[in-house]
Amino acid sequence: MKRFQSLLQILIAVGIGLFLQVLINNGMINPYYAHVMTNMCIFITAAVSLNLINGICGQFSLGHAGFMAVGGYTAAIITKNTSLFVPAMISGQPRFFLATLIGGIVAAFIGLLVGLPSLRLRGDYLAITTLGFGEIIRILLLNWQFVGGASGYFGLKKYTNFTWAYILAIITIVIIRNFIQSSHGRACISIREDEIAAETMGVPTTRYKVIAFVIAAFFAGTAGSMMGHVNRMVSPASFTFMLSIEILLMVVLGGLGSISGSVGAAIFLTFANEALRRFRAFRMILYSLMMIVIMIFRPKGLLGTKEISLHDINKTMTGILTKFKRPVKKDNPVETSE
Amino acid sequence: MPVLETTNLCIRFGGLTAVSDFNICLEDGELVGLIGPNGAGKTTVFNLLTGVYEPTEGAISFCNEALCSAGKALQPYRITMKGMARTFQNIRLFKELSVIDNVKIAYHQNVKYGLLPAFLHAGPYAAEEKEIEKKAIDFLEIFNLHGKKDEQAKNLPYGEQRRLEIARALATNPKLLLLDEPAAGMNPQETSQLMELIRFIRDKFKLTILLIEHDMALVMGVCERIYVLDYGKIIAHGSPAEIRCDPKVIEAYLGEAV
Amino acid sequence: MTITQQVIQQLINGISLGSVYALIALGYTMVYGIIRLINFAHGEVFMIGAFVGYFAITVLGLPFIAAIIIAMVFCAILGMIVERLAYKPLRKAHRVAALMTAVGVSMFFQNAAIALKWIGASPKGFPRVIEVQRYHIMENVSITSDRLLTMGVALLLMFLLQFIVHKTLMGKAMRAVSLDKDTAQLMGINVDKTISFTFALGSALAAAAGVLFALNYGVVVYQMGLLPGLKAFVSAVLGGIGIIPGAMLGGMLIGIVEVSVSAAGYSMVRDAVAFTILILVLLVRPAGLFGKNVREKV
Repeated sequence: MKRFQSLLQILIAVGIGLFLQVLINNGMINPYYAHVMTNMCIFITAAVSLNLINGICGQFSLGHAGFMAVGGYTAAIITKNTSLFVPAMISGQPRFFLATLIGGIVAAFIGLLVGLPSLRLRGDYLAITTLGFGEIIRILLLNWQFVGGASGYFGLKKYTNFTWAYILAIITIVIIRNFIQSSHGRACISIREDEIAAETMGVPTTRYKVIAFVIAAFFAGTAGSMMGHVNRMVSPASFTFMLSIEILLMVVLGGLGSISGSVGAAIFLTFANEALRRFRAFRMILYSLMMIVIMIFRPKGLLGTKEISLHDINKTMTGILTKFKRPVKKDNPVETSE
Repeated sequence: MPVLETTNLCIRFGGLTAVSDFNICLEDGELVGLIGPNGAGKTTVFNLLTGVYEPTEGAISFCNEALCSAGKALQPYRITMKGMARTFQNIRLFKELSVIDNVKIAYHQNVKYGLLPAFLHAGPYAAEEKEIEKKAIDFLEIFNLHGKKDEQAKNLPYGEQRRLEIARALATNPKLLLLDEPAAGMNPQETSQLMELIRFIRDKFKLTILLIEHDMALVMGVCERIYVLDYGKIIAHGSPAEIRCDPKVIEAYLGEAV
Repeated sequence: MTITQQVIQQLINGISLGSVYALIALGYTMVYGIIRLINFAHGEVFMIGAFVGYFAITVLGLPFIAAIIIAMVFCAILGMIVERLAYKPLRKAHRVAALMTAVGVSMFFQNAAIALKWIGASPKGFPRVIEVQRYHIMENVSITSDRLLTMGVALLLMFLLQFIVHKTLMGKAMRAVSLDKDTAQLMGINVDKTISFTFALGSALAAAAGVLFALNYGVVVYQMGLLPGLKAFVSAVLGGIGIIPGAMLGGMLIGIVEVSVSAAGYSMVRDAVAFTILILVLLVRPAGLFGKNVREKV
């Protein structure tokens, strides 16, 4: 039953993707919206992966843009220099695919380097190391002439299309959701709930924090590659702290620990970004106020840890249908006194 | 063969010596109490045994294995995996998680499948998760909590939260169980139920139990031996009857003899 | 120029820059000590302080010292308001929530600064209010008057802070609350007021640092708080977070290292140095130079 349900979910996801792609190909969705939707999928990837650290594991990372930059630049170097890292005979889309994968792996490796010292400790050090890391990456890129320094690394081919971004988003969602529903994922959640208790239950807390951090860095790296190859350039200015904040807001808005929440918030905010494109400073003021207000009134994020699944939708629908027909039968709570 | 043996355990926080010259020896299957006035260092002892604190001096040996030597203690999770489990004075459940997930986390140490099966829900994932689910449900049944398996832990009544915490600790399959004030906040009736439960656990799971408690009825009722701690040192040790009339114990609890 | 002269010269430059970091770091450390929060908005308070100083000089035509005092008062009030509105409701919440709010506040100030017509996104030149003179201490070693002023003001403020923390009733309350909030409350200390006061003190110091920094670098811009804020935080961690003398020493050390790295010809990676130090401290001595290794109470 469970297997069937997850299969069904994947089929539906594939169906939606195909449907949208067909609409794009037919011109029913114009290139501008196709572009926005591609960005949306990239943001979904970024937000869901950040949620793994901040929402599921209860840690606090501010460096997602930094990992996206690492992945983006790595992939850009590979697709632009046919002689580097990947044999020259692999070209075009397959090369882009491999470049994205390598971008993710390099980001994951950097994630390991940053995470290991800071996640060993209890406390808020991760926040500051990741914030510092994001800035340092940006400064190093500004000074690295090989990739164009401050003006950015230009002339990438536009390999990213809606299909790539969509597939990546789906893979990210499925893998992270599966992870959460595994024993390893439960270990991560237990760290969020009570780190000391988790450790006395036999959970190697540092190891799991690092694992979650590295997984998230990997997906951030792949998202960075997608972003670079849709904008046809990577530049230090496209991976600033503000980008980290925007992704963080998606996680907060959707609920810390809720994957479906992050997806919804990423969709909402991508379109909101487009609508507010002309009012940049105003938009960020609005976002920062949103973040403060949500945290004060709903510290677990707007949706909390709740997930919206097909099952819920199904249940609500049948619930609405049956509500009027017969009274809902209530289960007797089992007596548990000794 | 002793299950737990400490030699000259000592911990100092800055200038304050919280516990010193702490020697204790637990034989297999014993039910031992650790009592003492507030601030005597009882919970510190638990934290030393479970690796939350590193001792300044001394050694801990658990089933003939050294848990710490030369000031280097094993990490708490390793100690748990070696077979020592504990509860906390101020209940530390995973509050937002369901009752059954609280227990499932205790089984984490036995999980054999790696990250890849977890990502893909493939290979050994399904079989092992099913096994964990079944074990957890069986376990909750023993503690009469299976009816509430899907409730959030924080929504359980206080007594059941205590019981769940004990169940969760036992699910790690320990040889030694440390209970930190299990009767705190319970009324006399709940306490007597708890006494039953503690004896039941000892017999059913065939393990050794060390418990900290202020409730003298409970300590005197279930413990076979008692250690008394005051100002971080053991001041008395013996059967409940001996402890009850030990002048040093009376002095520690009531102050200077009048 | 001999090596010794070079070292002394860099030490002087480093301490001058470091005293600014130290002033900011004090705010981080005091706030962390009292409510265990990394106040991400602290760097923005520094920025706002610099702008208040800028306007006090350019618009109101005040002398430099008056500008510093106005900036300090303004930011002290601002710090208290921020604490009351944004942090106080979250005192009992999960720490991630409080951290996110702090990040939100920081973002709010930066973007509000851009949106304000008289601040905007482009940098503004800070007026040269004092005549820059160069005093020669020994052969090939000199100090400029603006650096001397920076060090002087910073040292004076640090001395004042030590006095407040150790010799006044409010300082005693601050120390008590940072040790144990509940007990302090039972002892009749007004915890809310004490926390407010801590924010006011920290913010005032950051404001002074902002004006001094602007004087030294001759420029004010909306994002000037980010890097100095980050480095000041590293200073606080280096000295042992929560420990006031630690923040002062940490700030000086970071300043010296940064200036030395620049002098050695690696000015591009100057900003990466603080971060590397942070990673090293976390690896080797997470409690910082002055800190004790205290584990969470179970």
